Amino acid sequence: MGASRDLSFAEMVQEQSGEPVQRCYFCQKCTAGCPVAYAMDVKPAQLLRLIQLGEKEAVLGSSAIWLCVNCQTCGARCPNQIYLAGMYDALRQMALGEGYAPEPSVYALHRSFLDSIKMWGRVHELTMLMEYKMRLLPKPAIFFDGLVSDLMMGGGLIAKGKISFVPERVKRLKEVRRLYETNSPGTEVEP
Amino acid sequence: MKYAYYPGCTIETTAVEFGRSTNAVCEALGIELVEIEDWNCCGASSAHSLDHELSLRLPARNVVLAQEIGGDIVAPCPACYQNVLAADNRLREDEAWRRQMEEVVGAAYTGQGRPRHLLEVLSEPEALAAVRARVKRPLAGLKVASYYGCVLVRPPEITGWDDPEHPVRMDVLMAALGAEAVDWSYKVDCCGASLTLSRSEIVVHLSTRLAEAAVEAGADVVAAACGICQINLDTRQKHIPALYFTELMALAFDLPNLDRLFKKHGVDPRPVLRRRGLFA
Repeated sequence: MGASRDLSFAEMVQEQSGEPVQRCYFCQKCTAGCPVAYAMDVKPAQLLRLIQLGEKEAVLGSSAIWLCVNCQTCGARCPNQIYLAGMYDALRQMALGEGYAPEPSVYALHRSFLDSIKMWGRVHELTMLMEYKMRLLPKPAIFFDGLVSDLMMGGGLIAKGKISFVPERVKRLKEVRRLYETNSPGTEVEP
Repeated sequence: MKYAYYPGCTIETTAVEFGRSTNAVCEALGIELVEIEDWNCCGASSAHSLDHELSLRLPARNVVLAQEIGGDIVAPCPACYQNVLAADNRLREDEAWRRQMEEVVGAAYTGQGRPRHLLEVLSEPEALAAVRARVKRPLAGLKVASYYGCVLVRPPEITGWDDPEHPVRMDVLMAALGAEAVDWSYKVDCCGASLTLSRSEIVVHLSTRLAEAAVEAGADVVAAACGICQINLDTRQKHIPALYFTELMALAFDLPNLDRLFKKHGVDPRPVLRRRGLFA
């Protein structure tokens, strides 16, 4: 840190997210209320401070930007009306656009989910989960972590008739696929 | 009352209890839900996580398709609700974008009606009066922890129908059913949502904490208004059953075939409902 400061970074984040990140005065209400802060390498308020300081690598390379679940507790409580959830969305897209490695399992899930919608128009859980697991195959440590509990959960849901085998398909899929033409790194680039 | 109904992808699968009970309860109240023809997935949390523009476009198609039905759009899923709400706002405010969406879908956006969550609709004063009149088996003695989850009432600037820190409309609805809504501090705390598969240990931690808090508050059941909240509570902890608020409505209305829904739960709600004399 330090040597790689990018003094235009805060402005870039502000422009891409529409969120006034420079307003943060580090009251830490966001961190205090964040349900996943305990698992983050960089807590929400720290992330804002790093953005203000131009520590681009520390921000875009953090796993924290992938752990935000978009519960929006932070934004609803921020005394400066910074909606951090929108900021996190922008940071993830910037990270993908600039080739920073995402948190593998989180990225794999979101990407499989979006591929499923592109394929059927609606999410089909079974094939989506198969793609998700396939995406993690090259990373055995992550692939096998939680595999048993996931299979048990999946098996339980199948036994209760809550997983459908046949996808629900949108009729005018062409329209849905046209919506995907956004030129965004999130759906174009594979990291 | 007629609404354009946006059921969402989980309503026939992992949240099938929510879908079936929603249909049954609305029918009992004379609320007509007209399903949006050929609706697509809203993108849930994945679209905005990877592609902000896509997260507005996917739900925008549904909003445009809903126009021909007329009336407000109702969604039972909070993620669907929030996404169509954001798309509706952009359709209203950004004319060039609206034209682009209209061109893709081949239909016009008239701006009549607005997206609403099912809980918002069913907790309006007139709806509450209808609910009270329809209750056949008051849920007397049942203690309910009303669980709103994270995005149902946030951000308050866009949703605006209940308090973002201490919402009460589900509690009022539970009281209308004859149940007792307990005081607890986790009404709007997050269950971990979509991390349930990618980082399940976080969801186990959060869901267990929620469940323990509900038990500590003396609740018999948690009432949920979200398919992800419910499935996380139903599969990632064992302390307390989580029912959809519409299932509790169906129970109070004495609607048939509830056993078919209750037996789909991971944490079986029937034992505690029997103990309270509310289920045979």
